[in-house]
Parts: sequence; C-alpha cells; structure tokens
Amino acid sequence: MSPGLPGPLAALLPIVESGSGSASDTEAAVDDGAAPSDPSAVSDASGASDSDIPGAHGTPAARADDALIDVRDVVASYGDTPVLEGVSLSVAPGEFVGLVGPNGAGKTTLLKTINGVVAPDAGSVRVAGEDVHALSSRAASRRVATVPQDTTLAFEFPVADVVEMGRTPYHGRLTSDPAAAAVVERALERTETAQFRDRTVGSLSGGERQRVVLARALAQETPALLLDEPTGSLDVNHQIRTLELVRDLVETEGTAALAAIHDLDLAARFCDRIAVLADGDCLAIGPPAEVVTRDRLRTAFDADAAVLSNPVTGTRSVTPFPSTVDLNCRVHVAGSGPAAARALATLSAAGATVTAGVLPAGDVAATVAADLGVETVTAPPFSPVDAAAEAAARDALADAAVVVLAGAAPPSVRALVRDHACLVRTGAPADAARSDGAEDSVDTIATSPVDTVAETVREVAADRADRE
Amino acid sequence: MLRKYLATATALVLTMRPTRRADGRLRPAARALVWSAALTAVLVAVVLVSATIGPVSLTLPTVAKAALNAVGVPTSVGVSLGGLSAFGLTLPMPTVKAEYTYLFDFPVDRTGEVIVRRIRLPRIVLGAVVGFALASAGTVMQGFFRNPMADPSIIGVSSGAAVGAVATIALSISGPFGLQLSAFLGAILTAFAVYLIATENGHTPVATLLLAGVAVQTFLGAVTSYLLLHAGEDLEQAIYWMMGNLENAAWDEVAVTVPVAVAGFLVLLAYARDLNVLLLGEEDAHTLGIEVERTKRVLLAVSSVVTAAAVAVAGVIGFVGLVVPHMMRLVVGPDHRVLLPVSAIAGAAFLVATDTVARAGTFPGGTLPVGIVTAALGAPFFLYLLRTREVHSL
Repeated sequence: MSPGLPGPLAALLPIVESGSGSASDTEAAVDDGAAPSDPSAVSDASGASDSDIPGAHGTPAARADDALIDVRDVVASYGDTPVLEGVSLSVAPGEFVGLVGPNGAGKTTLLKTINGVVAPDAGSVRVAGEDVHALSSRAASRRVATVPQDTTLAFEFPVADVVEMGRTPYHGRLTSDPAAAAVVERALERTETAQFRDRTVGSLSGGERQRVVLARALAQETPALLLDEPTGSLDVNHQIRTLELVRDLVETEGTAALAAIHDLDLAARFCDRIAVLADGDCLAIGPPAEVVTRDRLRTAFDADAAVLSNPVTGTRSVTPFPSTVDLNCRVHVAGSGPAAARALATLSAAGATVTAGVLPAGDVAATVAADLGVETVTAPPFSPVDAAAEAAARDALADAAVVVLAGAAPPSVRALVRDHACLVRTGAPADAARSDGAEDSVDTIATSPVDTVAETVREVAADRADRE
Repeated sequence: MLRKYLATATALVLTMRPTRRADGRLRPAARALVWSAALTAVLVAVVLVSATIGPVSLTLPTVAKAALNAVGVPTSVGVSLGGLSAFGLTLPMPTVKAEYTYLFDFPVDRTGEVIVRRIRLPRIVLGAVVGFALASAGTVMQGFFRNPMADPSIIGVSSGAAVGAVATIALSISGPFGLQLSAFLGAILTAFAVYLIATENGHTPVATLLLAGVAVQTFLGAVTSYLLLHAGEDLEQAIYWMMGNLENAAWDEVAVTVPVAVAGFLVLLAYARDLNVLLLGEEDAHTLGIEVERTKRVLLAVSSVVTAAAVAVAGVIGFVGLVVPHMMRLVVGPDHRVLLPVSAIAGAAFLVATDTVARAGTFPGGTLPVGIVTAALGAPFFLYLLRTREVHSL
C-alpha cells in the first residue's frame, strides 16, 4: 500500500485536467445545468460557472433572491411533534453560514429539508433556483451534497469505493461517469484521506471516517454543501483543517455552505454569517460579531456566557457559565490583571451592569472589559491616576450597588474604593500578597473566590437592599 | 471422489482472492468478469463430474460429449395456450414451445447419451438454475435488509409457495404445471401482500417489511399445517415437496425457469451499484441520488419473482440463498457489482454439487431431498468460514 497516486491514475490525471477531462465536464454541466462538474473547471472559468448558478455574484451579504440555498417559512414535524415552525434562511454562493442552537433546536431537521430527505409541511426550499422537493433525488443530489452527522457506513467497503459513491448521481444505470476516477482522487487528496484509499471503512477511526464522508460529499461536486456537525468527532487539528477546507471551497469555488456547528468559537471564526436556531425558530442571522451576543446566547441556549474577542483570531470567543445567578444590579470592578478579567466576565455573564476602573490601559482586564462592552475608566499605565479619571471612577462607584476588588490594585485605587459600603474582595491569596502589604487598609464586607463571585455579589446586594 | 473435487474447488476459490493494491486494483467490472469466469469453470466442472455419478457410472469424456451434443440454440419460439383446471374451472395457461438446432454431433455411446440427456442433465441444469436464482435473490435481500440473516424467502415467498403447492396436492388440483403454477402464484401473492401491509404513504420501512414478513410467514405456516392435516394419502408427497427436491426435473421446467431467472438476474445486476449505496442507509442513499422507494420496490419485486420461479420448480430449498452469498462476500468483498454475479454462479455450482450428493446418497426408503443436503453441508462449512475468517458483520 504505497501512498500517492496509483500508476494508471497518475498517467490519467494530466490528460483529464488539460483536454479530454474538461470536454466531459462540459457535457456534465450541460446535462444538468446547475452542478459545476470539476472544481478546477469552475475556478478556471468562473464566469461560465456563474451563469449556471443563479445569483453567483459572490456577495456574502445575500439578498434572498441571490441565494443559492433559499429556505422560506419552512414548517416541519416528525409525526405530531413540530420541529421547525416557520424558518427562513438563505445562503449565497461563496458564503459559509453556520447554524448554531441548542440540542433539539431543529438544526438537523432543517438540513434534511434542504437536501430533500424530510418534506416540509409548509414553506419552500429552493436550491440553485429549483424546488428541491419537486426534483428527482438524482437531480437534487447534483445540487446539494450532505455530510451527515452519523452514517451507517458499510464497513467492509474500501475508502475509495465509498468516496466513489459520491459520483452516484453522475452514473448511468449501465454506464459509468468517465470523470469519476479523477474526481475521487481529488476528493481523497483534499480531505487527506488518500492514504487510507484501500483500507476498509470499518478499520478507520471515527474522525478518519468523518473525513471520508466529507470526501464523498466533495465528490458530488455540488454548488451547495450541507454539513451536520462536521467537526463532531475530530481532533483539534482536523477540526481546523476541515473547516479551512470548507472555507476554501466556499472562496475558490463559490460553494454555498451551511453547517450545523456546536462549537460557537469555531462557528464565529469560520462562518460569514451565523444563524441561531432555537425551538424551531430562527432567532437571528447575521455576521458573527452581531449575532453572537450574551443576550442572544441566553435566549437560545439558556446559558450565561461571556462573549469576548479571541486575541489570536480576532473573532468571537464564547465562554459559557452555568446559569445559576441572575444579577439585576450595578457592580463596579476595581483591580487589574487576570483576576479582575475573570470577575468582569463572570459578573457580566450573570447579567450585572458592570463598570470597571481605574484600569491601566492595555491590561488584560481592560481588553476584556472592552470586549464585554463594560463602561471602563482607564489611565495610562505606570502613571498616577489623574483627576478626570478619578472623578469618573467616583461617579461609577457612587452608582454601583456592590464593588468588587479583584486582583492587584495600586494604593490609589484602593483608596478610591475603601469607603464604599459594599466591598467584596476576590482573587487568589497570591493577589492579596502582591498588594504591597496594605491589604488591611481596605475594609471588605465579604471575600469570595472568583468562581463564585456572582453568588457572593448577589448575597451582598440582597443584604444591602434589606438594610435600606 | 466427489469430496476431492469439492475440496479442490473450494481451495481454488479461497486462494484466488486478488490482493488489493493502490496501483494494481482491478475495476469492479473486471473483477466481476475474472471471478465469474473462474466460477463458471468451476460450475462446468461440477456439472460434468455430477453427470458421471449415478447408478450407472459414466466416464467424463462420454458425459462431456453427450452434454455438448445437448447444447442447442432455439430457432423458433411459439406460445400455445394450455389449460389449468382448478375447482372445476379451467384457467388459460400459456405454454412455450421452442425448436432447437443442435450445434454438435459427437459419436457417443447411445445408452450413455440417453442417461445424460434425458435423466441427469435436466436435473443438473434445473439445479444450477435454481441455485443461481436463490443465490442472486439471497444476495440482494441481505444487502436490501442490511441484515446477515436475510434470505430470499424473508418476505414470505417460500411460505406462500408452500401454501400454493400443498393446497394443489391436498385438494388434487390438476393441469399442466399445476403444482408449479400454484406455488408460483402463492409466492408472488404473498410477497405482494407483505409489501402492501408494510407500506404506508408510499414508504416501506425495511424493519416493518421484515416483521410483516415474519408475521405472514407464521400465519401461512399455520395454513400449510392445516392443509397437511387434511392431505390424507397425499401427505408424503406434500412433505417431500416442502423439503425441496429436484426429483421430477424435466427440460420443460428448465425452459420456463431459465428465462425468468436470467432476466431477473440481469435487472438485479443493473441495480447492483444502487444496492451498494443503499448499504449506507436510506437517507444517505437519497442524498446521493438514489430514488430510494422506487429502487426498493424494483429490488423486492424482481428478487421475489426470481425466488418464486425457483421455489415453484424445486420446492423450499433452504440455505442456498443464505449461505452462498455470505461465503462469496467473505471471498470477494461487499461490492454487489462483483458479489451478485459471483454468488449467482457459485449458487448454481453449490446446488448442483449438493444435489449430486442427494442423488448418489443411498438410504433406506429412496433418495434424499436436496434441501436436507444443502442445510447439512452448508451450515458446517459456513460456521467454519465464520470462525476462520473473523467476519462478524454484513
């Protein structure tokens, strides 16, 4: 079993890519109209393929009539259980839309109405301008390919044979698709499964198998690609590689991709737009920065989360917390460093109106505060707090029901907060030790580990309300 | 001697598995051809050896010459209407008459030629056709149901045939092909009924089909038992039919069964690729462009007709349709484009070989029904393969 191209195929490939291959591709394209046959043909002559796909103008902000996948008011149910209650969504050519939502939100069902497996009770599903449910499954499978969540793979088939099954819509009853060998080879290489070519599917790991199924979908060469949890059983490396591959398809070949993704960070990182599905309804759809917000996640997932910006990728990063406390008060966070950052995120996720300061500009807590949209008083690092900042901080302190002193705080900041009636100290003992021995000069009414700061703040706030 | 031949044939089959290499793998069509050619050679050998065995021992050259002399090409085919009388009614029943031109005329011992052509060959060829039909249908049903215990009769075809046949015997209905025709009709009606029971809104879930088949088989088993109680002196004949045998084989039956089996097989072969994709599950198959329900209907209908044609002329011969596809899957893998033709030919060879044992075996009270032999030989061989090849799934 040697990796790389098998002899006969290697001999074939140059011919396929230059001359005879494109001839047969043209035939296939004429034959079907919608499906770009060979990815290389599409990228070489994108003008030609654009005319095949309605609205292939490559604008990510799609209007519904430009959409390659156009779902309108779809209602679907399993027996008597309603699953989708009027979902509308569209994906343009060259756009990658992520479908997020809690378990049971109807993500898989929505994908199945698009690929034709589940017939909607009402509403319409159009792919490349055609009503999917009016098409034969052969015609539909030339327009939309699916990477299912779990596949009853016929375990004894070699990988190459399973990928070749992606060419089913192009085979005749008694004749074979002439482009099959080259397309399968390409799909194997793109998904890095070529080295398994001759192993049976049953001998692969779950993640390897998932890539084989992706290769099978690539072999279908459809303008639309649906993925149901494509990264579910993949290691971190292959999660990224798989989504990069989808991104690449979307950008180079104008594929319209729609993927149900559980990992919100990955969805925000790779998708052009994100659709939030909950209780059979599409709550929101838009760019990740607009859609992935604390309030929306709370509505959709019933979980508190701190939505930050990942400093490495620059995309949204979601840190969920179990939803235990609901704070309806103003909380001011003083102090700096990681402990203050954690306190800010936790309190913000719990629903408190958080203010912060005085923070040295560029401190990790200042960055987190900015991400969270927290009103923050900052001062230049390594310099004393000036009068304006001090006044702003005093205003914030006056409005706050509770003040949390987290992490390291210079004497000037401690001096600011020391007179507040409800002062909570959090952070590791190390932080206290670092605060140059002046800890006793601050009169706290409670101390709390940062993990439970939200609970402590709630108790302190409740006590204060009782007292007043 | 027979054992030696069988062992050689088996060893041949098991050692010829081509190794899979990235740069040397044969295309499925080529693999199917290579395997089919090899197994056809095995089949011819089994047929010739089988024809030498019997109360009168014949030599291989005599048999070969006589067999070649029997090879004919139909030159004209006509259809005439006969009649089948049942319950006082006469039903029209078409009979195919054909004229043959024979290709060879080797000088051969007259007695030997008569034995081979009139007595042994009809039975051997019928056995081959029945084995071919049962193994094809069994292969398709195992793939269709994604269930290793599926056999050609899984949706009740054999039980229906049994009711038809036993009713004919017990109620003394007569007519040309009366027994075969009523068995065939019983089989087809049963398959159709099971399909209807399991279908709702145009969807036929495989699991429902399986369970409906089991229930209908149980019911028809009760009907058959009741008919047997009232069979009186025909009881022995009815039981003998139900055990499956090729005792009364004649060229007429071969002429009717061959076209049905071959035509059905060709249709199934055209659906081999669809059957592969169906193994991925119905939803996946749909997203890969298979018209799932239509394909299921075609596969069910054609394999039921093929099975019914076999069961109608040979009775209920168990195990061929179950074991042969499994044996061949162990050897050639799961791709139906290769597996289906290979299983069909292997099924033919297997049934000819086992029927030879049935013919040759002497035991008090007459000859052995081949159904007993297929089960008695097939099951241990299957278990041997199961234990040595470590295959635990379809």
